[in-house]
Amino acid sequence: MRLDVRLPVGAMLALMGALLAGYGLLGDRAIYGRSLGVNINLIWGVVLIATGACLLALSARVK
Amino acid sequence: MTLTWLDWLLMFVYFAFVIGIGVALRREAVTSEDFFQAGRALPAWICGLAFLSANLGAQEIIGMAASGAKYGIATSHFYWIGAIPAMVFLGIFMMPFYYGSRARSVPEYLRLRFDEKTRAFNAISFALMTVFSSGISMYAMAKLLQILHVFDRPFSALGLGSGLVFHVCIAASALVVLAYVFLGGLSSAIYNEVLQFFLIVAGFLPLVYLGLRDAGGWSGIRATLPPSFTHAWQGFGAAATNPMGVDAFGVAMGLGFVLSFGYWCTDFLVVQRAMAADSMGAARRTPLIAAVPKMLFPFLVVLPGLIALAGPQVGRVGLGQQVGVERQEGPEGRIATGIAAVRPVGLIPYKVRETTGEIARNGNGEPELDYDLTVPTLLLRYFPTGILGLGLTALLASFMSGMAGNVTAFNTVWTYDIYQAYMRPRASDAHYLRMGRMATIFGVALSIVTAYVAAQFNNIMDVLQLVFAFVNAPLLATFLLGMFWKRATGHGAFAGLVAGTGAAALHHGLTLPPGAAAGVKGGWLAVVATYPSEMAQNFWTAIDAFAVCFVVTILVSVATRPRAEAELAGLVYSLTERPRDDRLAGYLPPAVLGSVVLGIAVILNIVFF
Repeated sequence: MRLDVRLPVGAMLALMGALLAGYGLLGDRAIYGRSLGVNINLIWGVVLIATGACLLALSARVK
Repeated sequence: MTLTWLDWLLMFVYFAFVIGIGVALRREAVTSEDFFQAGRALPAWICGLAFLSANLGAQEIIGMAASGAKYGIATSHFYWIGAIPAMVFLGIFMMPFYYGSRARSVPEYLRLRFDEKTRAFNAISFALMTVFSSGISMYAMAKLLQILHVFDRPFSALGLGSGLVFHVCIAASALVVLAYVFLGGLSSAIYNEVLQFFLIVAGFLPLVYLGLRDAGGWSGIRATLPPSFTHAWQGFGAAATNPMGVDAFGVAMGLGFVLSFGYWCTDFLVVQRAMAADSMGAARRTPLIAAVPKMLFPFLVVLPGLIALAGPQVGRVGLGQQVGVERQEGPEGRIATGIAAVRPVGLIPYKVRETTGEIARNGNGEPELDYDLTVPTLLLRYFPTGILGLGLTALLASFMSGMAGNVTAFNTVWTYDIYQAYMRPRASDAHYLRMGRMATIFGVALSIVTAYVAAQFNNIMDVLQLVFAFVNAPLLATFLLGMFWKRATGHGAFAGLVAGTGAAALHHGLTLPPGAAAGVKGGWLAVVATYPSEMAQNFWTAIDAFAVCFVVTILVSVATRPRAEAELAGLVYSLTERPRDDRLAGYLPPAVLGSVVLGIAVILNIVFF
């Protein structure tokens, strides 16, 4: 059976999101002066995890 | 600015997934149809995203932001006028012939409709063009990454010079694209294009968010920049009153019709994605689905140019020094609204001469700006480590999606339209599959050679690109007449193409944009007229070529013997049964979807009028 493209895309986004969010939570906060004080790694990491999870859920549902 | 382990890890994750997709799809490429046409088995939304992504090369990301900084929101014309109508036309009127004729490529359609010589003309020029354009974009990408100095650290840690960054970028990106196209063919390229699409959006959306926040939102940008930058149609009543130097007619006819229909409706690089769909309905919906994100792309790729302009002025010496400098008002200060004569410069760095390290200056001694560095400058300014890795990966992804598009189009046209047609007509399917894989390797190898030639002799590349522009300009007339006029003949089409190409060359040879010397920019025969801008010259060259091809094709067709109507069923509009709008669950019929898409494009033009 053909690979569902949502599987690799969802997995990659979720993994990248987890890396970003993890770093945003645990890493040094001083680096966010550059991004106007916004912890962009944490926020965007969470967004990517959510997007990835949606794609994974869609690919699982079809089967 | 140096990268940390996290940035490298994100890049590694991307590479692993891209190659992983190639490996996973390797076993499905059994026949040549699997390899070159993805088995004609993909749903509309996958083809649609791939259609978009194959076109979204790094040059588009870099170039559209550069153009946004130069011309303002009017750059969106390349999307709202220069893409959407053509994509809708392709989906509703042209896909039935491409898909329904069961041609395996665009040149093959020309053989079915016209004759061998027309196909050969198109196949050979197209194959060469794909190789050169992927080589040129590879060169541009490697050059950019070298200038940014983000990858220098691991090289110096290993005791290697940073000059090596250029070579490693070329080799690595070429090898990755080669690997996944070689393994899985078109399906692998398309799956990766979907992945790259998501990644590109994921990488650039936070940049727009942070940039807008810093510039005080859209209202902040409007308050900072002159109105011609924030209104798409202001000053388009005449060529002299807008920064592009083109009037509304030139935009509508040159960009909106000849150039955009010529590209979107005849370029096999994009049409190949739609031809891989699993049904006629899906094939027709492919460009329509792609049109929806396409018309929102100005917010992703043009807006950064405006953000960089409206952004805080910083002390600027060169790219390396200015990044990270604290917010401060430069000597120019913010420019007053309405004074278009004083160019806003914002965050855009000066152009630095590579050999001397000095700032490049124009004839009046004013420093020149390096607009191509707009996006990289914003990335380095707003992105801390982590998200910076994501942003750079998105840049790499955009480059690879464009390159893979060229490579898959090349291996198909080479194998079907050149090798099978003229060199080895009756070999086994397995033989052509093997040839497709070989073509992938030498296509990539030729692109690498092109990249290095481009690095050595910039002018040769400019000339080549110009020649391809001449060959491409009249193509639309050939396809329109072929699809919608049953009387058009093969001799007519061929004569029209040759005459149109000649007309483009002649027009270019006789005209010149302002401030340019005769040569690659035009006027190499004699200067009869000058245009207010290079863009105006391009538009009018295309309009000319189209008109000449159109007229010559009709004249020669009328004078030559037509083909029997029975042979043209399925190839010409009046002799083909209308495709019934099949109802796929969850999708609108193509005609309705197309109208909705056009409606939204009109609304966007009104909002940003």
